[in-house]
Amino acid sequence: MLSYYLELALRSLRRNPALTALMVMAIGFGVAASMITWSVFRAVSGDPIPDKSARLFTPQIDGWGPQQNLKGEPADALNYTDAMVLMRAHEAKRQTLLYPVQLSVMPGGDRDLPLAANGYAVGGDFFAMFEVPFEYGTGWSAQDDHARAAVVVISDQLNQKLFGGANGVGRTINLGGHDYRVVGVTRHWNPKPRFFDLFSTQGFEDVSDFYMPFTRALDLEMRTDGSNSCRGKLTFTTWDDWLQSNCVWITPWVELDSAADVARYRHFLENYAADQQRAGRFDWAPNLRLRDVVQWLDHERVVPPESRISFMVALGFFVICLVNTIGLLLAKFLRRAGEIGVRRALGASRRQIYTQYLIEAATVGLAGGVLGLLLTAAGVPGVGLLFPPQIARLAQLDLSLVALTFAVAIFATVAAAFYPAWRAAKVQPAWQLKSN
Amino acid sequence: MQIRPILAALRRHKAGTVLIALQIALTLAIVCNALFIIHERLANMSEASGVDEANVFVIKNQWAGDRSTQQIDAQVRSDVLALRQLPGVRDAAPASGYPLKGGGWDNFVTMTPDQVKPTTDSSVYGSDEHLLDALGLRLIAGRNFRPDEVVVMGTQQVVIPPVVIVSKALADRLFPDGSALGKSFYAMSATPTTIIGIVDELHRPGVNQWNRPYAGQSLIWPLRPDDARGIYYIVRAKPGRLAAAMREAPKALYAQDRMRIIDPKDGLLSFARVRSRVYDRDRGMAILMGIVSMVLLAITAAGIVGLTSFWVGQRRKQIGVRRALGATRGDILNYFLTENLLIGLGGVFVGTVLAIGINLWMVARFEMARLSLAYVVAGVVALLLLGQGAVLAPALRASRVSPVEATRSA
Repeated sequence: MLSYYLELALRSLRRNPALTALMVMAIGFGVAASMITWSVFRAVSGDPIPDKSARLFTPQIDGWGPQQNLKGEPADALNYTDAMVLMRAHEAKRQTLLYPVQLSVMPGGDRDLPLAANGYAVGGDFFAMFEVPFEYGTGWSAQDDHARAAVVVISDQLNQKLFGGANGVGRTINLGGHDYRVVGVTRHWNPKPRFFDLFSTQGFEDVSDFYMPFTRALDLEMRTDGSNSCRGKLTFTTWDDWLQSNCVWITPWVELDSAADVARYRHFLENYAADQQRAGRFDWAPNLRLRDVVQWLDHERVVPPESRISFMVALGFFVICLVNTIGLLLAKFLRRAGEIGVRRALGASRRQIYTQYLIEAATVGLAGGVLGLLLTAAGVPGVGLLFPPQIARLAQLDLSLVALTFAVAIFATVAAAFYPAWRAAKVQPAWQLKSN
Repeated sequence: MQIRPILAALRRHKAGTVLIALQIALTLAIVCNALFIIHERLANMSEASGVDEANVFVIKNQWAGDRSTQQIDAQVRSDVLALRQLPGVRDAAPASGYPLKGGGWDNFVTMTPDQVKPTTDSSVYGSDEHLLDALGLRLIAGRNFRPDEVVVMGTQQVVIPPVVIVSKALADRLFPDGSALGKSFYAMSATPTTIIGIVDELHRPGVNQWNRPYAGQSLIWPLRPDDARGIYYIVRAKPGRLAAAMREAPKALYAQDRMRIIDPKDGLLSFARVRSRVYDRDRGMAILMGIVSMVLLAITAAGIVGLTSFWVGQRRKQIGVRRALGATRGDILNYFLTENLLIGLGGVFVGTVLAIGINLWMVARFEMARLSLAYVVAGVVALLLLGQGAVLAPALRASRVSPVEATRSA
């Protein structure tokens, strides 16, 4: 029966090639527009560390006060004083402070020009907290943090540039005029969005070249390569003045395993801020936040409004294409009222008519899905025209997108056909036969 | 006019009527907002920078190795001298940033030293007396810096010079009566800075939402930015010699000292590239909305043609009867055009409400501007015309139905 209906459907679709083409194109364009914008939206709105995102938190402490903070919200990073208190207290299972640094890799070997390298000054816990994968070696220990050791973890990309991909662990590299011992080489690791540094980045940056101890970076008085935001009168002229200022530039992260741990940590922050108020450093009540990764991504508005708007416009576009398809299917089905009348009079049940027309619609949906897939395949590489390169690069045509394209096309077309098919099934045989 | 019979006929085709009206409504809602987004984005992209964009290029220079501020200052001075001596170069200046760079340095501005709530915000450029000529800015009042006013600013140092050149936008914001020249203000400093010059236009480095309320508000301080992390060189080529100057400049810098990094990817940018780079989101949105609008209008028109053709086919006999009873071809044509106009009016009415609703939601959600009513009116007219255009072919076919059809059985 199914193959017979399929044959009927194909014959009917061939009878009005223009109308069929119009429906297939509407579905195809609608699906493709939705899928292309979805591929971008999916890439920018994903959870970059799904198995741990609920256990990683970034504390915020308001060091600016109600008159200078961000409309009641504390700053998105910490100043040096508060950051160091969190680090020394070590109230969480794992914790790290971090800020971006930029250094040059000095010439050596067959390179006669220096190389630019962007990285982060982080704590030793960083690698375990954020599940950084290693090609060779490991991160550094808490002892190295305390000893302010001159060690470094480099990316596979930098390892490739410097050591031709051979194991670089144990070798020494010169960064910005100082020697560092390589203790680890990461595998490719560049979480998108870069949830751990949304203070200085938009979340979609090129992979980092290296990670060095936070304590070592402070010893060398390395300025942040990222944002530095201050309030009030600026007076600092030396490194120490700057550290003591209210400028925020350090992002803290803590790993807390249970709700009880979170509550305890929150309590610790409240006590600290209350102490600061009592000591007169803050003349405002404690104003704290302890957001996990997903809340932090949301707070920092990491999904560009462009990708959200374009996805919604594409969905609206698809809805219009579907309304269009409903109208055309209705016209197509009812034009065959006479034929339906004959079939009904010869004993076909309403249900059979209904099934027949749904199958015809599904055939249109399938064809629309094929066209949609071709357009999506052509469009995904073209998103570079529509979105900034660092975001366009994330959009990919993978198996799940292909499957989704077909599923959406067929499902939507069949859903659109419910009403027209129902109308077709309702045709009164007697009426049709009489008018003939 | 024959409106009552048309309405009576439409009542017999409720589904089709509603579907066409719905499609017109949704199309209007989306196309209005899409066109409005295009307009907003194009407006962003055409903002004036104040820069002589055809001749200016920018070098992002990073220092390699550990250097003192004195060493960097000596290097910067000899670098700009070398750049200025190039045959294709008109002028060059060291700078902490440049217009349309994206991101950048800005300070809050207050009128008194102990004011807590800032009056406004200004982006800050640190450079020497060559910046005005290197960027091609137009000085409309006062004077440029003197070489002896330029001081050194080391890494993460705060130096507040006593003199400042401001953009007209900032001058007008701080002193609306036009008396800015010679007046002072405070930019996160304990000491005042006095306006000695005003330039016409000087765009901020940033173009994102945060910068919107402070559009065009910038200041230049006579600070040579000897920052250990790096510096920008702004170079203005002689007319027509941009390409040659862009080839010469990095060579001249490397000849001075090789321990520097000029990134092969974005270390050397013509100002045309700077502009296209900073507005890539706006351009992408405008293109996408343009494509969506065009395809949408085409699909809606095709849908109207399809459904009306079906109706014409269905009513051949009635049309024949009407023709036989004396209706002219014009009457039949008119009937279908009027029918479409009625459906279209219903559609655009719902569509207008939807368009405004969507826009209000976007205003709340994405801090967009209010939809101007001109867009709605234009959209309404466009969709009604589109409907009439789409219905024309099937209506003409209907008008050619011969009266003889009345006598034939279906």
